[in-house]
Amino acid sequence: MTESESPDLPARPDEAQVPRIGVDEWVATHAGRTQLGRLQQRLSGVPSLGFYFLFGAIAAFVPVMTGNAYVVRVGFDTLLYMLLALGLNITVGYAGLLDLGYIAFYGFGAYTYAMLASPQFGIHWSTLAVIPVAVVATAILGFLVALPSRRLVGDYLAIVTLFFGQLFVTVYQNGESMSFLGFTRQVNATGGPNGIPNIDPFHAFGAKVTTVRGYFYVALIVFMLALFAVYLVDRSRTGRAWKSLREDPLAAELMGMPVNRLKLVAFSFGAAIAGLAGTMFAALNTAVFAADFDVPTLIIVYAMLILGGAGSLGGVIVGALIVNVSLEVLRTPDHATYVFYLLLLATLVAKLRPWRVLAVVLGGTIGFGYVVHAIVSSAAPTWVHGSASVGGWFGSWLEGWALHNDTPGTVGKFLFVLLVLAILGVMTLEGWWQKLAMIPTLYLAAVVWENVLVVEPSVTRLILVGVILIVLMNARPQGLLGTARVEIV
Amino acid sequence: MSANGDTPLLRLDGVDTFYGPIHILQGLSLEVRAGELVCLLGGNASGKSTTLKTILGIVTPRNGAVRLEGEDVTKRATSYRIRKGLAIVPENRRLFAPMTVLENLQMGAFLHGGGTKEDFDRVYGLFPLLYERRSQLAGTLSGGEQQMVAMGRALMAKPKLLLMDEPSMGLAPILVERSFEIIKQVNDAGVAMLVVEQNANVSLSIADRGYVLSTGRLVLEGKADELRENEDLRKAYLGR
Repeated sequence: MTESESPDLPARPDEAQVPRIGVDEWVATHAGRTQLGRLQQRLSGVPSLGFYFLFGAIAAFVPVMTGNAYVVRVGFDTLLYMLLALGLNITVGYAGLLDLGYIAFYGFGAYTYAMLASPQFGIHWSTLAVIPVAVVATAILGFLVALPSRRLVGDYLAIVTLFFGQLFVTVYQNGESMSFLGFTRQVNATGGPNGIPNIDPFHAFGAKVTTVRGYFYVALIVFMLALFAVYLVDRSRTGRAWKSLREDPLAAELMGMPVNRLKLVAFSFGAAIAGLAGTMFAALNTAVFAADFDVPTLIIVYAMLILGGAGSLGGVIVGALIVNVSLEVLRTPDHATYVFYLLLLATLVAKLRPWRVLAVVLGGTIGFGYVVHAIVSSAAPTWVHGSASVGGWFGSWLEGWALHNDTPGTVGKFLFVLLVLAILGVMTLEGWWQKLAMIPTLYLAAVVWENVLVVEPSVTRLILVGVILIVLMNARPQGLLGTARVEIV
Repeated sequence: MSANGDTPLLRLDGVDTFYGPIHILQGLSLEVRAGELVCLLGGNASGKSTTLKTILGIVTPRNGAVRLEGEDVTKRATSYRIRKGLAIVPENRRLFAPMTVLENLQMGAFLHGGGTKEDFDRVYGLFPLLYERRSQLAGTLSGGEQQMVAMGRALMAKPKLLLMDEPSMGLAPILVERSFEIIKQVNDAGVAMLVVEQNANVSLSIADRGYVLSTGRLVLEGKADELRENEDLRKAYLGR
């Protein structure tokens, strides 16, 4: 990354005048000729630590600017996700080990905190003691999981770790009466499906953290410290070794790198950070349930890492911010509807060229809608008497254009299947036939949204986030802040 | 074997290597002495790469011994052997494509803390181009330049014995000659070399000694000049 780390020869005094070999000067100086390019150049001159401090400073002001506890809570959750993505970035982003059991380490940290600071076993240790214990215990667990899997690569490692993740959930969900091979008496270790309630808040030296705002600052400080630690590791010999291990394990081994040890350290380090995040989760929520640490959470953390760009620290921040804030915004059907229509419009504007094609498709869709609406209002009046998902002028326009039925029933489900088929059909067509087929498909999409999808917000928001991810990853396969891959072919 | 001045740097004693039930190397014995340039010739599937893997400890032989400076390292890990003074320029070079030339060189000296100024000076002195390209991503270099990075990366470890797996592969004829000139140059600087090649003509022209492998067995060995005159080898590899 930096050249200053290693001894270098003195630069040639006439370096500026000598044409650089293999560099097309026009291409190389292209960035300096556009507004955006100049901005990018100036930003790339700022050391990345500067950006992290800027982020920390801005984040620190969030609870000051708003008195809304909900916003602070979302901020806390986002910071937790950032911490999780940071840990995953070590295992997956740096070392290239596809760890699908990662979220179990988060759960293990949370449960360890819960067991050592709650009435479950009557243990109420000081937070300053519990956190190190939980973090070290999680790191050891990560080491133990990695130990048998260190010789596995790629898909095989993924299967084994996925199994471990499921094992964790199953064991903790059924851990209300455990005994050691039937020899000891039954112990309620994990509270089973009821989880562990009444967990102590963070407390040390007689002071307690009780407000969401307090936890926000704890999480911010912890995240910034962890970020700095990972930043240092990233630039160390170990960090570079992880990356070369990810690129070519055999070549790394041929350079004399202790490949297995590097893998074990990457696994434990990632797990320790997840465990740290778990302790904060348990303390704020005052209760833990095994179901919180299942595959859905894992997928969200992966989405953040991949969206931001695996292997990039800034990407961890940006990815977690975008995904978690989107998920929160989409929680209300109102917002989700606006996002849905804007996304449709933005995709059409971006993908349909030239402008007359866009005009034909948009105009056609609107006209088609009015025609269908008119026909259906005389044939099946129940399909035009429903109400739109949003209010205001947009809502009333939607009611006069798209079909609305307050009880779509089975027909709604058929329309959904029909939409999927229509989209597949559009994708197989080409040329003007494709553009024409888009018109009824778009209208159908609006109808399905209004009648089926918007009434199931919990499912729909995941679908929408998925669509956003697909669109973004198509535009930037390496993630927002990731570096483009260079392949030797 | 006593560790006197006559001990070869590398010695394989009757090595039998298997991939599962398949017997690849069959009683292979060879040695490389300090400062020597030895080439190991053979066609496809003759066991050349397996020999290198056995020397490096990527695969463990079922019988026989691998000795470095007299010490039996048959059961030792790859990193131990590298620390003893082995280095390799792997087949197809296997550079770390998204890392810069400089970082690639640093990884070569991983066991020596990333390389000292002397190490960099030595490599840059041999390949001045690498100094100019030090902050370029290795994957964006041309094949010949990548070959230089691969050699530079191996030399960063200050090896006593450098293994080269098919250095001529994928290079234009002019670059092959240049590549072998560099190999000779590195060898003249005192680094012993074992060059695994299909291109018998060029490699024998710079080598001191040669071995010829066929289906896992040594079929010929001797001084490079003698091998060049050998009728069988000429028919099989030199094509004239």
